Amino acid sequence: MSATRTPTDWKSDVMQKRIAGRYAAERRFKFAGLFAVVLSSSFLAFLLFTMMGNGLRGFTRTEIALKIDFPASPLLLDPAAITDESLNQANLPMVTDTVAKKLLGADADALLSPTAWISIRDAIKADPKILSRTETISVPASTGLDLAAKTKGSPEMEAAAARLKQQGVLSTGFNISFLTASDGTDPTQVGIWGAFKGSLLTMIVTLLLSFPIGVATALYLEEYARKSWWTDIIEVSINNLAAVPSIIFGLLGLSIFLNLAHLPRSAALVGGMTLALMTMPVIVIAGRNAIKSVPPSIRDAALGIGASPVQVVFQHVLPLALPGILTGTIIGMARALGETAPLLMIGMRAFIATPPGGITDPATVLPVQIFLWSDEVSKGFVEKTSAAIIVLLAFLLAMNGLAIYLRNKFETRW
Amino acid sequence: MTEEQTKLAIENPKMSARDVKVFYGEKQAIKGVSIDVGMDHVTAFIGPSGCGKSTFLRTLNRMNDTVASARVEGEITLDGENIYAASMDVVQLRARVGMVFQKPNPFPKSIYENIAYGPRIHGLAAGKADMDVIVEKSLRRAGLWEEVKDRLTESGTALSGGQQQRLCIGRAIAVEPEVILMDEPCSALDPIATAKIEELIHELRGRYAIVIVTHNMQQAARVSQRTAFFHLGDLVEYGVTSDIFTNPRQERTKDYITGRYG
Repeated sequence: MSATRTPTDWKSDVMQKRIAGRYAAERRFKFAGLFAVVLSSSFLAFLLFTMMGNGLRGFTRTEIALKIDFPASPLLLDPAAITDESLNQANLPMVTDTVAKKLLGADADALLSPTAWISIRDAIKADPKILSRTETISVPASTGLDLAAKTKGSPEMEAAAARLKQQGVLSTGFNISFLTASDGTDPTQVGIWGAFKGSLLTMIVTLLLSFPIGVATALYLEEYARKSWWTDIIEVSINNLAAVPSIIFGLLGLSIFLNLAHLPRSAALVGGMTLALMTMPVIVIAGRNAIKSVPPSIRDAALGIGASPVQVVFQHVLPLALPGILTGTIIGMARALGETAPLLMIGMRAFIATPPGGITDPATVLPVQIFLWSDEVSKGFVEKTSAAIIVLLAFLLAMNGLAIYLRNKFETRW
Repeated sequence: MTEEQTKLAIENPKMSARDVKVFYGEKQAIKGVSIDVGMDHVTAFIGPSGCGKSTFLRTLNRMNDTVASARVEGEITLDGENIYAASMDVVQLRARVGMVFQKPNPFPKSIYENIAYGPRIHGLAAGKADMDVIVEKSLRRAGLWEEVKDRLTESGTALSGGQQQRLCIGRAIAVEPEVILMDEPCSALDPIATAKIEELIHELRGRYAIVIVTHNMQQAARVSQRTAFFHLGDLVEYGVTSDIFTNPRQERTKDYITGRYG
């Protein structure tokens, strides 16, 4: 080192430039971060707005109020003996058609939903006395008229909608049947209930299988298993399983649960089992990390006063690790709820018009239902698809909300 | 080092170790230690870091079992019964030989639950009223009752460091052990809290056989009646505390207590 070194001149031009450069780098970095946040939140906002814009319309339905003079109609029914059989034999579709043509004009066919007669049948069934008087019954409008009334339809339908509005028989209201009905061929009649129930049953099966098995595996690997090449292999396998593409699990479910074990096809049971295979590794990994982060001093404390290893695990380690395990479970279950591909492999894409009664009944799930509707040609299904997406997201939010509540409840404050 | 120098005759030893060797894998941590622990005194283990005093302490209630690579040879008896025998129930052993750790480690539960946990898992309380009595008695003996009697439902982790350590002592006392092992119980505490723990050790003496590991020689001199000096896995010298500090027989002991290494 030279002896002639002068003291550093912090005010020199070179130094000032260095300082300015450092500040500029700080500002650039801050700006880049801000830009990333703004960009991602605007994508999210855009997504939410389009979805709400399209989807909320899916929750409403246009109805036409038909003022039916039952005694004068060609309906041959005995009010005293209304049964399912007599209603089926009364040829209601044709009667509805005739009445509608008289009330709405010759183009009534195009104005009413093809399944409008079902509303009339249900009304008669609910109160047979209406057969002896004139009664106003609201029936669903056709897809074309529905679109024309809500947004934009073909010129003829726009005209018809304007005409009916003037007569005061056209109304658009909340469509409760979207939440209570199941899949169908007519977009005005379809509902989400079947798929929702299917998702619910599938998730219950998934949770009941993957949570206990996943937690038990994590506990065993962390607390009991001695470290050996054997546990190393298990660890690597579990980490790899968590990264396997979901469709592979579908193939596995197809070949083992359906072809080998002959479990019912398209059922929530098989769907849940397949998704449990996928969810379990996620729970195991999160569970092991949560268990690892429980301070060893707590295990020492419990062992030191004579708790048995099982008591240590279930009374101390598990309660302290539970919040972390639940976080992993949320992530795994959220992924399982949105999963479509593996369920297609095991036949859950079938057209199912009745909600499943149990886990062995044919069922479909929300994401598959969305996938199926998005594939439909009929224009009415577009908004139903968006509405179903909103239901799926609401389901997801409810599930996450519950998990966060549970996590906070079990969280230990040190 | 001859037999008579390391072994001090104690009548009716509560625990005695004979030629105990501890290995961690290939490495030998304890090289043949023989020692008796009596009921009437506090026994202090002193020595520089890494000398094996904590390791040896943990063989006395088989806490070393939790270390997969640890292996113990030799014989350790509690009331004449070999604690490493196959017939010995480890859970019961640890209830009889309680332990207090270096860092206060109360359960993240209420103060009451911290004390009640041990008696509950061993079925020592006949009911709620009985448990209340045990909790109060244990906290009183740990010298903590007056400070916490109005907030038994608060978390044990909300107490100060010194109070937490006394809670841990109370927790150990609650299962009525015969021996209490303390592994540097004051190393994480301030001087005032340390003084309280030392006072407590005085009061507990006679009721329980107490073994304390410390690297604070003044503390060993203050609280113990017997002192064992460990160095590099050997028990160098074991004797009456005042003798060890005023008149050590071994060169290594003398060097250590005069501060030449440590």
